[in-house]
Amino acid sequence: MSRFLIPAAIFLALAGVLYVAVVHSPNKSTMQSALLGKPVPEFSLPVLGNPGLTLTKAQLAGRPWVMNVWGTWCAACRDEHQTLLDIAGQNVLPLVGLNWKDEDDAALEWLRQLGNPYSVVAVDRDGRTAIDFGVYGAPETFFVDADGRVQYRHVGAMTAEVWQREFLSRLPRGGLP
Amino acid sequence: MKRYCRQVVLALLGAWLLGVSLHSVAFDIEAMPTPAQQKRYDALIHELRCMQCQNQSIADSPVGLAEDLRRDVREQIIAGKSDAEIRESMVARYGNVILFRPPFEPSTAWVWLAPFVLLLVGVVVAVRIVRQRTSMVAEDDSIVNDETQR
Repeated sequence: MSRFLIPAAIFLALAGVLYVAVVHSPNKSTMQSALLGKPVPEFSLPVLGNPGLTLTKAQLAGRPWVMNVWGTWCAACRDEHQTLLDIAGQNVLPLVGLNWKDEDDAALEWLRQLGNPYSVVAVDRDGRTAIDFGVYGAPETFFVDADGRVQYRHVGAMTAEVWQREFLSRLPRGGLP
Repeated sequence: MKRYCRQVVLALLGAWLLGVSLHSVAFDIEAMPTPAQQKRYDALIHELRCMQCQNQSIADSPVGLAEDLRRDVREQIIAGKSDAEIRESMVARYGNVILFRPPFEPSTAWVWLAPFVLLLVGVVVAVRIVRQRTSMVAEDDSIVNDETQR
């Protein structure tokens, strides 16, 4: 009897560890953002289609906003595009695009063809701002609260379900001022 | 016929080796202004994880993000940041997971302790097996002794 006790105990311990690990990471490629609860990094980037204009963190302060990191080279970005258009149609939260390591012409053509869900798109041609946000693959979508703090980061294509569960639920009760 | 075979094999091997060596230099690791900075740069980029291809360091990966992170390290060294400050800035943006040697913290303790716990389990199991076998040998001996005495 005791012959099986120790292997069984080891098996259960290992199974427990693996269970916890699996439950805590629903998608093995998804990592929690290191920026959660911290202020959005400073940035100052040209606006897509209007390079004379600059978008900064300060301009977005005072109300919650969502930043979606995308590029025309990113296949999953195409997959989530319709969802982004639907989200934009709800008109609840401003959707700021971060066009990551892309070409302006390609990005503009993409928006012309597929539709533009973004209130504004900032151009991060050399990827410095993306690094400051801890981005490691597109698409990624951040929820920033009215105090300018990152409250959530979703890695991978946005879905209606994720939008409802992780983004809309983080809005202050009673909607926006 | 046999001779040709050997030549073909050698040619293939040569081509493969060339391919392998070309592959490893397919991207340039950028040079630093001074040898001292170069040494720190080489060390740092080998201990930072390429977040896109998680089991490679940013020194070993040709992907765009690794290139951008190497540039970030390079610029911070030139700006006069210490190795500790550079590591901190990486952790602040990407979390502990970017370090191949994470710091010892409550959340990372198991990473450091698990090998020793497993080693201990191994030692206990080994000791038990050895004891069991020894006692079996002893029993065998006693049987042999009984036989000879009879």
